[in-house]
Amino acid sequence: MDQIQKTLLEEIAGLHEVPQGAYNIRVNGGLESRNTTENIDIVTKTDVSGIDIYFKPGTKKESVHIPVLLSQTGLKETVYNDFHVGDDCDITIIAGCGIHNGGDRDSEHSGIHSFYIGKNCHVRYVEKHYGSGEGTGERIMNPTTNLELGENSTLEMEMVQIKGVDSTIRTTNGVVGKNGSLTIKESIMTHGHQTAESHFRVEMNGEKSHVNLVSRSVARDESKQLFCSEIVGNAECTGHSECDGIIMDHSSVSAEPQLTANCIDAELIHEAAIGKIAGEQLTKLMTLGLTEQEAEEQIINGFLK
Amino acid sequence: MLELKNISYLVDEQSTTKEIIRDVSFKVDERFVAITGPNGGGKSTIAKIVAGIVKPTSGRIIFDGTDITDMNITERARLGISYAFQQPVRFKGITVKDLIKLAAGNEKGNVDICGVLSEVGLCAKDYINREVNASLSGGELKRIEIAMILARGTKFSIFDEPEAGIDLWSFQSLIKVFEKMYERTNGSILIISHQERILDIADRIVVIANGEVSAEGKKEDILPELLAGTAACPALTEKMK
Ligand SMILES: Nc1ncnc2c1ncn2[C@@H]1O[C@H](COP(=O)(O)OP(=O)(O)O)[C@@H](O)[C@H]1O
Ligand SMILES: [Mg+2]
Repeated sequence: MDQIQKTLLEEIAGLHEVPQGAYNIRVNGGLESRNTTENIDIVTKTDVSGIDIYFKPGTKKESVHIPVLLSQTGLKETVYNDFHVGDDCDITIIAGCGIHNGGDRDSEHSGIHSFYIGKNCHVRYVEKHYGSGEGTGERIMNPTTNLELGENSTLEMEMVQIKGVDSTIRTTNGVVGKNGSLTIKESIMTHGHQTAESHFRVEMNGEKSHVNLVSRSVARDESKQLFCSEIVGNAECTGHSECDGIIMDHSSVSAEPQLTANCIDAELIHEAAIGKIAGEQLTKLMTLGLTEQEAEEQIINGFLK
Repeated sequence: MLELKNISYLVDEQSTTKEIIRDVSFKVDERFVAITGPNGGGKSTIAKIVAGIVKPTSGRIIFDGTDITDMNITERARLGISYAFQQPVRFKGITVKDLIKLAAGNEKGNVDICGVLSEVGLCAKDYINREVNASLSGGELKRIEIAMILARGTKFSIFDEPEAGIDLWSFQSLIKVFEKMYERTNGSILIISHQERILDIADRIVVIANGEVSAEGKKEDILPELLAGTAACPALTEKMK
């Protein structure tokens, strides 16, 4: 890996060197390195580009890192990563994509992640998207996530995109089974003329299933964001979605939340708020000795944390 | 320490001009000075004028011999003015620890967070990582607001109705906070309050009603008047019955 790739890896996964446990590092469309463990197997797909990751039933306290790095301008790829999680697993998946584009052609990564999660699992998924480079070519990421969450299983997803992605359309489709619990926390910040769209659709099909979807976003400069969520309750379930946006400069943010209850015992709530940074928050921090700009930075950092 | 000279604050309301503060002058040189008076009298507006949050229409503000009238909020804060709001501000994602560190003015965490929180009756273990958001009660927010001022430890501090929501804690503890604060800073503390027990520790009392100073003097002279209902503060006497 060269210095640019190492920097991308640090930005998206906080890694200075090869991680512990299982990993699969993809660089410029090819496999850079891979490690499997007794419980986690990684197999290259033969029909399309991508990998299948198998977690043996009962795998506990193990993690897999699957970073994707692009530093070659003009590279466009669609990658399929499937996660097959056996019953009774307790695992962490650290994904992420970093694009450095120093050229004038667009670079694009479309990652299609499918999760097949068995019963009684606890899965944590962390994903960070990051872009850099002075080139005029755009850095584009269009991730699609498909989720099937089995009985009594919990999935917590943290998805962050703070810097450097020019255009993104993020699509997430989930189905939650009996007693299953899905938590999604998304943080997005856009600058310049960037655009970001998030589309979530979660169906709660199992009794006592639960979903909590929280999106925090900051739009700066002339950037544009769209948040769409649809939560469908087909059984006795509880669902909560929240979209909280800060707009700055000449940006624009739209929220289109939708709730559908198809069962008398479905309880669904949505909260949405979009607005500029509250003046009194700035004032308070300034009375502590911060400048207006420092105050703004603290408020945004906290908000997206 | 602080002097307000002929401060007025006018706001335009539809076709008329409303006088929120009218020609207010007073000095704060003692350890503790209390401002009291009826609700809507203009007490918080005066505090905001001192902190730089509200710009007066006319008049001057002198702090430690320097005219600070044209300084902004940040400059005044850095000169040594602190203000605990009547209504504390909530933040999404910012924790109690973050705020206290920002107040202390160092990122490295040299501030005794546990110490300032315990002074206001909060156990650091339970609060340090809590977000300063709507999940905290009004009383908890008030105490965190006070803890921030303690962490700053500046020579001049304003507390705007600090007694609100401290029911579970005691007035005695609140008074101790002010006394300790004075010992540490050797400065002046301006307390806006309706509470007799807090007014009782003041060296001087200024009564603000209808945007004006309606009475001012030594605690020994003003407090009995207030309690007797002769000073223009019916709301206060009502509260103390
Ligand atoms: N910018 C403003 N515009 C209109 N009215 C104001 C403004 N600022 C303060 N006021 C009014 O001035 C009065 C004094 O307010 P305040 O200083 O908060 O009183 P106190 O703290 O003594 O209760 C109130 O009636 C308030 O509504
Ligand atoms: Mg007030």
